[in-house]
Amino acid sequence: MRSGVIAQKVGMTRVYNDAGEHVPVTVLQLKNCQVVAQRTEEKNGYTAVQLGAGLSKVKNTTKAMRGHFASASVEPKMKVAEFRVSADNMIDVGAEITADHFVSGQLVDVTGTSIGKGFAGAMKRHNFGGLFATHGVSISHRAHGSTGQNQNPGKVFKNKKMAGHMGQTRVTTQNLEVVATDEARGVIMLKGAVPGSKGSWILVRDAIKAPVPDSAPRPAGIKGSAGAADNAEASNEGAE
Amino acid sequence: MDLIRQIEAEQAEKIEAQRTIPQFSPGDTVRVLVRVKEGSRTRTQAFDGVCIARAGRGLHENFTVRKISYGEGIERVFPLYSPIIEGVEVLRRGKVRRAKLYYLRERRGKSARIVEDTRVRARRLNDADRKAAADERARVQAEKDAAKQEAAKKEEGGAE
Repeated sequence: MRSGVIAQKVGMTRVYNDAGEHVPVTVLQLKNCQVVAQRTEEKNGYTAVQLGAGLSKVKNTTKAMRGHFASASVEPKMKVAEFRVSADNMIDVGAEITADHFVSGQLVDVTGTSIGKGFAGAMKRHNFGGLFATHGVSISHRAHGSTGQNQNPGKVFKNKKMAGHMGQTRVTTQNLEVVATDEARGVIMLKGAVPGSKGSWILVRDAIKAPVPDSAPRPAGIKGSAGAADNAEASNEGAE
Repeated sequence: MDLIRQIEAEQAEKIEAQRTIPQFSPGDTVRVLVRVKEGSRTRTQAFDGVCIARAGRGLHENFTVRKISYGEGIERVFPLYSPIIEGVEVLRRGKVRRAKLYYLRERRGKSARIVEDTRVRARRLNDADRKAAADERARVQAEKDAAKQEAAKKEEGGAE
């Protein structure tokens, strides 16, 4: 299991593929995404890497986090997240992950915080049909209708779909295709939409429901180290 | 420039390097050369008609072309920067007073005509187009001549 990356959502646009078809893409950008800490079997009972991304002002970083970043000798980060990895895919502290961590054509899962919709009615929140526009219906055209039975059971069941707060929750979208990556600019382009607003932090991981391509760098696409091709060669040699 | 615009500009540049996009507006009769894939081979198909609308901007801009085919009105929307378009030629510039000529859908025959634009601006654009086309032809001809000469030289060399 490889590590994922923390990226920032830039926005959406379109690209044309080789066949001349237009592909809607979400552009994500890596902003100095570095390993901040390691979690190991002996010490923590599981293996993971803690990544940090973005750049935070020192005055806006708590003293505790300043110490944490200092011990990894990295600059203060805006966003910190952990990714579970297998022991052989452990990455050194301080290593910077680049956009060629993913190869075009592979599938990824992305996690973000969806855009908040505030207090939304049942029609918007749960796709209810609402009531009639005419036929004697008055005032309650967008109401949810009945919420239950009669004196027996005499209550509204839990989890009844009703109006309430919508959005601003952690949402994962699975199996988005990587259309292109650009290492120099730290850009990853994914086919389709990604949860969250522009500028929000997105976690991108290899898809759990699809195999990771052999050409993907292991343990990770790291800045300054051998590129993806060299890594692939190394893994092939290992196989022999 | 923000990243999205940068990416879009790069793509637009790539298309503009392959073909020049002429200036045209709603009311103009255009010929769009579309690449069509039939099994393994590709060919270009021309779609002649009146441009009745242009929408969107930048890389996302598209235009609608309307023509009457076998008595049936056909409209096709082309993205301006689509790679399947090999070229756009302006056949005739029309004088219209709307940006969107959707009223043509309800018209047939004589009332669906558009008067040719003979004003200065249209003439200038036409001249520019013609000059560009002539230059292009000259370039192709020059290339051909060069190739011929090259071939002739080679033959001479072979004869010796």
